[in-house]
Amino acid sequence: MSDPTHDHTDFIHSEEFLHGLMRRQLKLSIACATAFIVLLFGLPLMNYLAPELMARRVGGFTLTWLILGVLFFPYVWVIARLFITRSIALENAEVQVAAEGNKRKP
Amino acid sequence: MNLTALQFLAAASSSKGIDPWILAFSAITVVVTIWMGFRSAKSSKSASDFFVAGRSVSVGWNASAISGEYLSAASFMGIAGMVMLSGYDALWYPVCYACGYLFLLLFIAGPLRRFGAYTIPDFAEGRYDSPVFRKIAVCFVLFIGFFYTMPQMKGAGVTLAYIFPGLPYWVGVLVVGAVITLNVALGGMKGITLVQAVQYWIKMFAISVPIFVLLSVYGGYGKNLSLNKSISDSPPAIVQTVEPGQTERVLPAKAPKDEDWIAPFGPLTTKAAKAAGLTPEESKPYSLLYTFSLIVALVCGTAGLPHILVRFYTNPDGIAAKKTTMWVMILIGVFYVFPPVFGVLGRNLLPELYEATGSKGPDKVVLELPILIREKYGILGSILSGITCAGAFAAFMSTFSGLLVSMTSALAHDVYGRMIRPQSSPEERMKMFKWCAVLVGSVSVLLGAMVEPLEINFMVGQAFAIAAASYFPLLFMSVWWRGMTMKGAATGMLTGGLCALFSAALVNASTLALDKGPMGKLFAGFSGINDFWVAHPLLRILAEQPAIWSVPLSIGLMIVVSNATRKTIPVDVRMKMLVLHAPEALGLKQEYIQEHQGPAH
Repeated sequence: MSDPTHDHTDFIHSEEFLHGLMRRQLKLSIACATAFIVLLFGLPLMNYLAPELMARRVGGFTLTWLILGVLFFPYVWVIARLFITRSIALENAEVQVAAEGNKRKP
Repeated sequence: MNLTALQFLAAASSSKGIDPWILAFSAITVVVTIWMGFRSAKSSKSASDFFVAGRSVSVGWNASAISGEYLSAASFMGIAGMVMLSGYDALWYPVCYACGYLFLLLFIAGPLRRFGAYTIPDFAEGRYDSPVFRKIAVCFVLFIGFFYTMPQMKGAGVTLAYIFPGLPYWVGVLVVGAVITLNVALGGMKGITLVQAVQYWIKMFAISVPIFVLLSVYGGYGKNLSLNKSISDSPPAIVQTVEPGQTERVLPAKAPKDEDWIAPFGPLTTKAAKAAGLTPEESKPYSLLYTFSLIVALVCGTAGLPHILVRFYTNPDGIAAKKTTMWVMILIGVFYVFPPVFGVLGRNLLPELYEATGSKGPDKVVLELPILIREKYGILGSILSGITCAGAFAAFMSTFSGLLVSMTSALAHDVYGRMIRPQSSPEERMKMFKWCAVLVGSVSVLLGAMVEPLEINFMVGQAFAIAAASYFPLLFMSVWWRGMTMKGAATGMLTGGLCALFSAALVNASTLALDKGPMGKLFAGFSGINDFWVAHPLLRILAEQPAIWSVPLSIGLMIVVSNATRKTIPVDVRMKMLVLHAPEALGLKQEYIQEHQGPAH
């Protein structure tokens, strides 16, 4: 614990930095998860509440079969893609913040 | 035992029951798998090579390997069988298998990779500085692993019984189990990574090519679905869909009716309520509950599978780990569009499978369908069926290998290397790895031989439910909540996981008690539970799909117990959280390791 090369008073070891870091990451993850969960739990609910609508035929498929059996996958890919680009950008920004913060604090 | 197997082989081949094409394709898959295992065994020498392949696998290879490991017998054979048997409700399985990865990506993959450890038990120990917790965490690698190997073994038994008509189910399980165990004991994970990646592409090829041929011969996906009447169809629409010259198919009495099959809340989710004698309207809320619980189990369970998480550590850095997950989602998403198509076609073209059970039932629809082409195009049918058999081999071999590596590592690396003999030399550990592989393989074969009456896909769902109630809460809460203590984590994981495990085992035992074969006699003592299920449909659903109560139970306990034991929060929790969340470019990981090793040495 008493390693002289690391002092724990600099910015990246501060409560402020960690708190902001986790908050931003969690916000991004929850936003993406919400988009996913709405469809995931919404679809059974729609099946329950509006069975006639969900049984409508679309090119031989029923609407609900088309959504669950085919369209669900690309929807999830879009969310994943968005999350990955955003989180890589977020990481780069964090490195910047850390560098600037360390300069500010002596 | 070998003698009887050989006699069966001889008898079966002399009666000309074996299609040479099918045999050839399957044999090639097996031989190539073993050859690659042995070849790479030469290049993997050190213990870390064995455990996580030296951590130097590229994104493309790793994504293919994860997908290859993930697409099990359940994905390849089980989904098609379940869609054929239960219709719409079974579609949740492939969708959640694929989409559970998103949860893993959003909440767990990045932080876990930054923390850096070989296995989940490593993470459990590192996060709470507790060797005791490691021992608890190791148990679940084995619990989930054995639950997951049972359906793989059934896949093996079904496929071999299909290739060699007349071969008993258990012989197939034994032969495949022995071959893979040997392969793992000699190859380790370095070999497995390469084998898994290649096997993904075999599986993808094997599921898609026969589908395209079948669809071009028997009409499209939508057209085959439209043969099933739904509640919203007006009568004339049905007449239009049946083309002139095509007689209306006749389904056996055991097959579910069109309207139940194609619509949500069908036979799969209403079984318990129906057994209790509820009307369709009364049983609908039960079905909704069943569906939600299934979704929770599959989505959260993906994030807690021990053999999948290990692979995140084989990425060179966190960004590569994220890119890998993206590719895995695309690779498995594309794959999962296909198996339900087999189920839909099977319902129209092979309705006789509804009459059979066990290894002769709908679980073999993927293998059986392409052979229909033989009537029109001769040899092409045999070749296509050979290809799907090769895919099935790739499926259960790759997943079983992956599980075997994870479980064997847990035994050799954790139980032996850390608990029983911490002073053991690397050579001793390598030797132990081989013996543990043999032990785990033998137990898997024994368990696999017992589960012929159970559906492949259903069993995998249970493994997911156990993972969802144990590892998922552990990982999720440890990564995002600073207030977690070791006692809280252990209480939640153990209670949630064991509750899910016992209710799954109870449901399986009561189902096996209904079997007419030898398993029915073995489990006859449990038949009383079935009367209880009839009287209490809600409890039956909650036991069959435990995730909806066991996951909140686990997380709730973690919060309550952690708050009660707040004094024992690890002192350097801020540093641990920094390592989990700060970008790797800041180099906090190296600093953390130095500090951690400082006082110990």
